[in-house]
Amino acid sequence: MSEGVKKFLYVNRKAPHGTIYALEALEVVLIGAAFEQDVELAFLDDGVFQLVKGWDTKDLGSKNFAPTYMALGDFEVTKVFVEKESLDERGLTADDLMELMYEDEDDDWAEKPSIRIVSREEMARIMAANDVILSF
Amino acid sequence: MKLGIVVNEGPYTHEASDTAYNFAVAALEKGHEIYRIFFYHDGVNNATRLTVPPQDDRNIQQKWTELQEKHDLDLVVCIAAAQRRGILDENEMKRQGKDAYNIAPGFRISGLGQLIEAGIQCDRLVTFGD
Repeated sequence: MSEGVKKFLYVNRKAPHGTIYALEALEVVLIGAAFEQDVELAFLDDGVFQLVKGWDTKDLGSKNFAPTYMALGDFEVTKVFVEKESLDERGLTADDLMELMYEDEDDDWAEKPSIRIVSREEMARIMAANDVILSF
Repeated sequence: MKLGIVVNEGPYTHEASDTAYNFAVAALEKGHEIYRIFFYHDGVNNATRLTVPPQDDRNIQQKWTELQEKHDLDLVVCIAAAQRRGILDENEMKRQGKDAYNIAPGFRISGLGQLIEAGIQCDRLVTFGD
């Protein structure tokens, strides 16, 4: 670990609506991006609903923050782990998710997908490998 | 050990703030350093000085204020979360054109960067409330 750089994992476990956690988690991620730490995002439990494409908040009358997920790549948030079991349990597949992309500066700025589907077991390893875990 | 504490729930509805307080007291008794306590989500509601709990119950805000005074703790309330929920200091009252402010003594309002910085500086960041 180079000095002053820690591995931050933001764990998103709740649906995008019903509570404010998803929105306020994103606010932390965006501010945190300015600190040049090693950042990873995890989506599990009902948190996987945050990444389902096509939602908006028009009928809810609350702020529509769906587009913010698509912008994560611009904030150099490029590692987004989604737990496979959480998708399965909710009848979702990878095809239901937004296509989050980032430009890889080490590969001639090629556009690459940010989302990686991982098993529950892999998710546990990802959590164990991080220094700071903020769970929302 | 250098500890950071995150409080994500308000007083009374959830026990999270009480538990965080008890954790902080126990950690200080054991000789640990508390670098910062950060109040986020509904946790910002711990910082209003206008709560009036019944006399036979604890006053959570007051307990935090007294602990801050005793140990010179850094109690930070997230500004974005606070503004949504009507927690203002005198400066924010003026800036937002409001007619009152309610932040309790010992708390200060600042940005989310303070949370990230606590994560960087502390050996452990301990979260209370979901």
